[in-house]
Formats: sequence, structure tokens, C-alpha cells
Amino acid sequence: MIASLNAIVPMACVAAAGIAAMIAEAFTAPGERMPIAPLGLIGLIGAALAVGALWDHNATSFGVVVADNFGLFVTGILVVVGLLSLAISAPAIDRTDLPRGEYYALMLFSIAGMILMATATDLLVIFLALEVLSIGVYVLTGIRRDSSVATEAAFKYFLLGAFASAFFLYGIAFTYGVTGSTRLDRVGSVIAAQALSPSPMQLLALGLLLVGFAFKVSAVPFHMWTPDAYEGAPSSVTGFMSTGVKAAAFAAFVRVFLSAFEPLRASWGSVLWPIAALTMIVGTVVGVAQTNVKRMLAYSSIAHGGYLLLALISGNDIAKSAVLFYLLTYALTNIGAFGVIVLLEDHDRANDKVTDYAGLWNDHPALAALMTVFLLSLGGFPPMAGFIAKWYVFSAAVKAGYTWLAIIGVLTSVVSVFFYLRIVVMMYMTPSGESIARFPAVPKLAGAALVLSALAIFYLGILPTRFIDLAAASISSIF
Amino acid sequence: MHFPILTSLVALPIVGALALLFVPNDEHGDGTVRAVALVVSLLVFAETLLLWYHFNASSAEFQFIERHAWIPAFGISYFVGVDGISLLLVVLTGFLTPIALLGSWESVHKRTKAFAIFVLLLEAAMIGVFVSLDLFLFYVFWDAMLVPMYFLIGIWGYDRRIYAAVKFLLYTMAGSVLMLLAIIGLAYIHSTATGSYTFDLTQLYELAIAPSTQVWFFLAFALAFAIKVPLFPFHTWLPDAHVEAPTAGSVILAGVLLKMGTYGLVRFAFPLFPAAAQFFAPILATLAIVGIIYGALVAMVQPDMKKLVAYSSVSHLGFVVLGISAMNMQGVQGAVYQMLNHGVSTGGLFLIVGMLSDRRHTRLISEYGGLKKVTPHLVAAFLIITLSSIGLPGLNGFVGEFLILLGAFRWNPKMAAFAATGVILSAAYMLWMFQRVNYGPVTNEKNTRLVDLRPREWFVIVPIIAMAILMGILPNLFLKPIEPSVQRMLNQVQQAAPPARLEAKR
Repeated sequence: MIASLNAIVPMACVAAAGIAAMIAEAFTAPGERMPIAPLGLIGLIGAALAVGALWDHNATSFGVVVADNFGLFVTGILVVVGLLSLAISAPAIDRTDLPRGEYYALMLFSIAGMILMATATDLLVIFLALEVLSIGVYVLTGIRRDSSVATEAAFKYFLLGAFASAFFLYGIAFTYGVTGSTRLDRVGSVIAAQALSPSPMQLLALGLLLVGFAFKVSAVPFHMWTPDAYEGAPSSVTGFMSTGVKAAAFAAFVRVFLSAFEPLRASWGSVLWPIAALTMIVGTVVGVAQTNVKRMLAYSSIAHGGYLLLALISGNDIAKSAVLFYLLTYALTNIGAFGVIVLLEDHDRANDKVTDYAGLWNDHPALAALMTVFLLSLGGFPPMAGFIAKWYVFSAAVKAGYTWLAIIGVLTSVVSVFFYLRIVVMMYMTPSGESIARFPAVPKLAGAALVLSALAIFYLGILPTRFIDLAAASISSIF
Repeated sequence: MHFPILTSLVALPIVGALALLFVPNDEHGDGTVRAVALVVSLLVFAETLLLWYHFNASSAEFQFIERHAWIPAFGISYFVGVDGISLLLVVLTGFLTPIALLGSWESVHKRTKAFAIFVLLLEAAMIGVFVSLDLFLFYVFWDAMLVPMYFLIGIWGYDRRIYAAVKFLLYTMAGSVLMLLAIIGLAYIHSTATGSYTFDLTQLYELAIAPSTQVWFFLAFALAFAIKVPLFPFHTWLPDAHVEAPTAGSVILAGVLLKMGTYGLVRFAFPLFPAAAQFFAPILATLAIVGIIYGALVAMVQPDMKKLVAYSSVSHLGFVVLGISAMNMQGVQGAVYQMLNHGVSTGGLFLIVGMLSDRRHTRLISEYGGLKKVTPHLVAAFLIITLSSIGLPGLNGFVGEFLILLGAFRWNPKMAAFAATGVILSAAYMLWMFQRVNYGPVTNEKNTRLVDLRPREWFVIVPIIAMAILMGILPNLFLKPIEPSVQRMLNQVQQAAPPARLEAKR
């Protein structure tokens, strides 16, 4: 009985930390400062230890949650996302007066939902996880209640997200109708048996699930909410959701589409092909026109979703491990970039226009250097991790024969370099617009977290073997 | 030899750059920064000479090989080595970097530390490109090199530097990403043929690829290299980048970076895809000749000295591509020799222009005139480098151009005839510019009090002149190590596509 709980231990650790955060908040006297962030830290470390202990054990709980290496790898990524998010959240909360207790509790519950999503093997549990993580993120998006932009963003996100959830749920209902189960293994065996002539109902179920996932990974044309939500949310939350939600959603996406619905690949592949192409193109081309850094990174995040879709379509072994490696890299770089944005914010100034970065090199050489590392890695320059990740994805696509999609991918990544460089141009090649002392001082903890992620980016870029092997080993256990 | 000399050549500038990070960043620190950077780059140069000294010139094989598994799952290894073709390019890189640093000793006032760091990182990446024998590793250095150059142009350049820097980076990258896909495709073809991935160049040389497939791969590689060379009509980034870059940037850009395009053709595009290379060689040669003549004509009408030298590069690099396309001993050997020449003489020209513009803050030819009376030593140096650039016998330029034309003539006399007009044109535009700047009366009041060569500038310019003379009178010193490797590469190309086919094509 106890042993059957093993698979949910990582999630439980984080959820317990979330509950503890709520209780701690409730018992804090007004004006007193409670160390709530360390609770989250403890929970995340617990989850990380559990990942280590469960590795290679394929533990299963209740038949619907399985801690296989694939899920654990993603859980590891989510722990990294959580730790970095905690580190960059502290200055954001201090400077913009966000409600501390609610903030951490919601973030931790969200992470718990993400972990569940990455390890669930039943469509209903995936839906449950999706809702847990989404509700946390919706509220976090609008947590600045005095800001109309944030409220609008949260409302848009919530409304469109609710639609997507409905699609997803409807897809589950049809899947159950066709196969008589919501468990991925049973769904898979029924579909495999009829793979030669799929019924219209099966395709309908497939399409509805696809829409649900496409919304969560902000694939074009379901990406409309992304720029608004990313711009309106507090920067620390944007960094968190752009990486965490993406990692969890792609983990489930891969699990559902490359295991249960694998036999229907011919059908969903032909639909996903144009979606992936459009996602890469729209993300980069529209990104060029942005003047707000957060909005620009929102479009960049859409484009990166496109590269991940490219891997998903390719569907071979390289592709599956490439998704894992890419998600890890993306988590480190994107939270890093948003971390820099957070550190440049002040309580009365957002400093998030591209032109606000003019001359940052003179004021804050270290932050400018870190931002450059993150941006160049997002653009895919060696010796940063982003290069290896892109190369990995394109290798998968070339091997699977999707050469044209790969060509679109590399060309759009050149376009994306153009807008990443605009920030670099501002930081290094444009004289400062205003007074030197306009940026707040950098808190040590957040600074250290950013330096660590930059070092990790170089490590993954120069010596990626360890993690490539790990990713390859992670997927061999389930597919 | 057990000492990993090539790795140390790549690592030394990086270590130097990291060390510079810890030098204090104030007025007092600038001198230290310059000294450290110069010492590091001189050490690298000394090491490249050591490399040459230990190099076995009679062997065609790759030497000083080091190989370590890097990403074994994909057959990617850290695999470096040099042969006669890359050896001298490494030496050239080592030779030009300290000169470039010394040449910008005074013209770079702001952010000296960052400047030195970027130059050293650039040097490491350039050496890396020339010594890589693993395609993945090569691509990593090839792409990584763009970043420091981008910063050098963008931060320390002239007025339109940001435009030039971004254009340089995007142009080069747009060309090279398709090459990345081609590299992945090659490894994939190797895995279907033999069951394992590899990016090892020596193994990929052995791979038999269907000619119809070769065409696509060749095009992807050739596009990347043609942009880098730059071959007409892909040259439009070059005048911008050259003109806006600071002197050190121009010297390195012209001296070393442009050679990577032609080096890539010799090392990768031609031997990996011989059948496609035979097919496309006449087209490449035609574009090269168009570039030779076009570059020369455009250079002739430039009012700006730096722009003139930039367009002359288009013309000179056209000769190199022509020599490679000829695919015979004289042509390719001449092409490799001309790469070195161009590095020395165009590097020298940019240094001279830099010295003039440091003094007068203008590069317009019309602003000068009669300098011979004011700064006789500088003009003398200018004259020697000009003559070396136009190929006066006894100086370096002659040997390369002569060999290339000889090779081209053996291949296709018409091509050689057209290309030869470029030699005449280059004499015309260079000498005309030289005449307007240096002879006649001193028309501009501001020029009357110009300072002649300073001691530091003597140290910059004398090595260049010495090298130009040495390469002019002792060409065999340089041609000898090149020959066996070129022969081996020609064998690779010709084995795959028998001469009979070549005859039919003609």
C-alpha cells in the first residue's frame, strides 16, 4: 500500500510545501515577515531527492501515475524551474508588493500540477493536472490586482484557457467513447488494433485533444493569449509559466501522442506539420516587430514551441530525447532572461521596453553580460546550450525526413537572432538614455541564481554528453 | 609529439581572455590590459611558429592529431589536426592578431579590456576553425566566431557600425545554418551506409554519395562559404563591415575571416562532394571572374580609401576562388598562397589607412595629397604594401596571382584571359589611389603637420613588409608544405570523378 504511493512522492513534496506556505501565511501577524520561500525550497529539494531515489524504478501509483524515467526527467526540469523561479520571485515580490503567501502557495501548487501532468498515464488525471497547474497560473498572472493590464491578461488567459480545457475534456470523452478507457495503455492498444482504418470518431477525439495541447504550448493559431498574458503577468511569473507550463504540457503531449496515439501518426502528423511551420514562422516574424522585451520573449517562446513541435512530429528516438534536452535548456535560458528583466524592474518603472536597455553595459555590466548569454543561447549560438538543443531537434527532423520543416526551422532561427540582437545592440552599442542610477541594486541570491544558470548553459553547451545520454536513457524505458 | 599543441593554441587565447577579466577596469588598468593581450597573442604566434617548425612538410597527412570522444552517441569527437593547407593559415592568424592589437593600441580608447577580450576570443575561434577535423566541431567554431566579431564591429566601429555589425552577423548566419543541416544530413547518410553516425571528416571523405544528392549538399556548403569569401553576388555585407569596423577588426576580417570561405571550399565542399564540385566549378569560376572585374571597377571609383581596399578584397578573393575551381596543382596551390598574400597585404593596407585616419579622422582620398613630402616613411611603407597588393614580381602578390593564372590557363584559357584583366585593373585603381594620396603638392592645410611613423607603428608595419618581401623572394618556403596536401585533395576530387567526365563536361 505504502509502496504504491512512491510515484507521487515528488508531487506530494511540492504540494505539501504549498499547503505549508498557505498555513504559514495564515498565521503571520500583519507586519511580521515569515520566511515562506524557504518552505518552497525544502519542498523542491525533497522532490529532487525523490527523483533521484525513484530513478530507474518505474514506480506506479494507482495505475494512473507512473514515475518512469521520462516523467522523472521532466520532474527534474520542473524542480529546476521551481528553484530558479523562487530565486527571482523574491525581488519581484519585494519591489512590486505582491502578496507573498498567496504567491508562493500558488506557484508551488502549480508546480505540483505540472509534475503530475508529466507523470500521469491516464487522460483524466492529465486533465486534472492541467487544471491544477492552470488555475495557479491564471491567478498568478493577475496577482497584481491594481494593474488593469495584468487583470486583462489574466482574464484573457483564463477565458481562452477554459475553452481549451473544454476541448481537451471533450476529446477525452470521445476517446473514452471509442476505446472504452481513459488509460493511455488501453487507449493505445485499441487504437493500434484499428490503426489501418481509423474511425471518424477516433480522428475527432484526436483533433480535440490536439487543440487542447496546442493551446497550452501556444502553437499557432492557438497562441493569441500568449503575448498578452506574458506581458501582463509579473515578470517572475512569466518566466515561470513560459518554461514550466511548456515543459509539463510537452511532456504530456509527447506521452499521449507518441505512445497512445502513435499508430495514428500519419493523421496527426499531417495536421501538425503546418501548425509547426506556422508556429516557427509567426513566432519569429511577429517577434521582430515588438518593442516590449517581455512581448518579444513571448513571441520567442512561441517560436521555441515550434521547434519542439518539430521534434514531436519527427517522433523518432532522437526526437523524444531532443524534446527533453530542449526543455531543460529552454527552462534555464528563459527563466534566466526573465530573471534579468525582474532585476531591472523598479516599483514605479517596469523598464521593459527595448529602449530601456540602452547602455545597460555601462550601468550593470554583469547583468548585461548575463542577458547576452541568455539571448545568444536562445538564438542558438555555440558554445551555449541553445545551440546543442537546436542541433538535436534538427538532427531528429533530418533523420525523420522532414527536411523542409528543418529548413524552415533554421531560417526562422536566423530571423529570431535579429530580434535577440536588438536587445544586445541596445545594451552594448547604444549610449545610455537616462541617469545612471535608474536601476535598483541586484540582490545576491537572485544574482547567484542567474550566474548559476548561465554556467549551466555553458556546461550544457560545451559538455552536453552526460545529459544527452541521460535523456536518451529516459525515453528508452517507455516508448 | 605528445604535447597537445593545437588544443593549447585554441586554449591559450581563451585563458588570456579569462585572465583579462580580473584586470582592474580603470585608467591605470588599460596599459596592463594591452600588455597582457599583446603578450598572449605573441605567445600564440610563437607557438604557431613552433608548430610550423615541427611540421613534416613532406607528408600529406593530417599532423598533430588529437581526438577525444565528445558526444559519442552521435559520433561527435573533439578531433583536430593540421595539414599543409591549414598550417599556414594558423600561422597567419597568429601573425596578424598581435599586429592588429598593436595597430589599435591608441585608436581604441574606450573599453580597452572588453576589446582585448573579444580579439583574443576571436583568435581562439579562428584557430579552431582551421584545425577542426570534425564537422560538428568546425561548425561550432565557425558560428562562435561571429559573436566576438559582431561586438568588435558594433562597439568600436565607425558611424554606421550597428547596421554593419548586424548585417555581417545575419548574412553569415543565414548562409551557415543550411550548412548545419547539410552536416547533419551527411552524418545521417553515413549512418545509413555504415550503421553509425560520424562527423569525422576523414571518414566522411570515404563516403560515397550519389551525385544527385551531392548537388544539394554542395550547394548548402558552397552558399555558406560563398557568403564568407565573399563571392559575387553575395558580397554586399563586406564593404559595410570593412568600412565600419575598427582597424583591428578590418585587419582580422580581411586577413583571416575571409579566408575561411575559401578554406572551406578547399577543405570541405570540394573533396566531400567531388562530382558536384566538378559540375559547379565552371559556375563558381564565372562568378569569381565577375567578382574580380566588378570588384576592381567599383574599387576604382571609391572616394573612401577603406571602401576601396574593401572592394579590392572582393577582386582578390575572386582570384582565389578561380584557382580552386581550376582544380589543378598550380591553381589550388596558388589559391592557398594567395590567401596568405591577401592576409598580409590587405591587412597591411588597412593598417596604413587606419594610421592615416587616426591622424586626420577621415578616410576620403580627396582630403589627402602630397603626403610624400610630409610623412616620407609612412608613404614608403604604403608604397611597398600597395605594390605587394597589385602583384609586383619580387613581392608576395605576384607568386599567388601567377600560379592561379597558370592553373586557370591550363584548365580554361578563356577564363584565364578574363581574369588577367583584373591584374591590370588592380594596378590601375591601387596606383591611382596611391598617386592621389601621396604625390603632388600638399593641397590641404591640415596635412602639413602630420606626424610620420611613430615607434609603435614601426613595429606594426615592419613585420608586414618583411613578410611581403620574404614571401616574394622565397615562395618555396611556403609552397613546400602546401604541395603534398593539395595533391592529396586533388586526388580525392579526381578519383571520384574521372577525368573522362571532366572532358565531356568541357
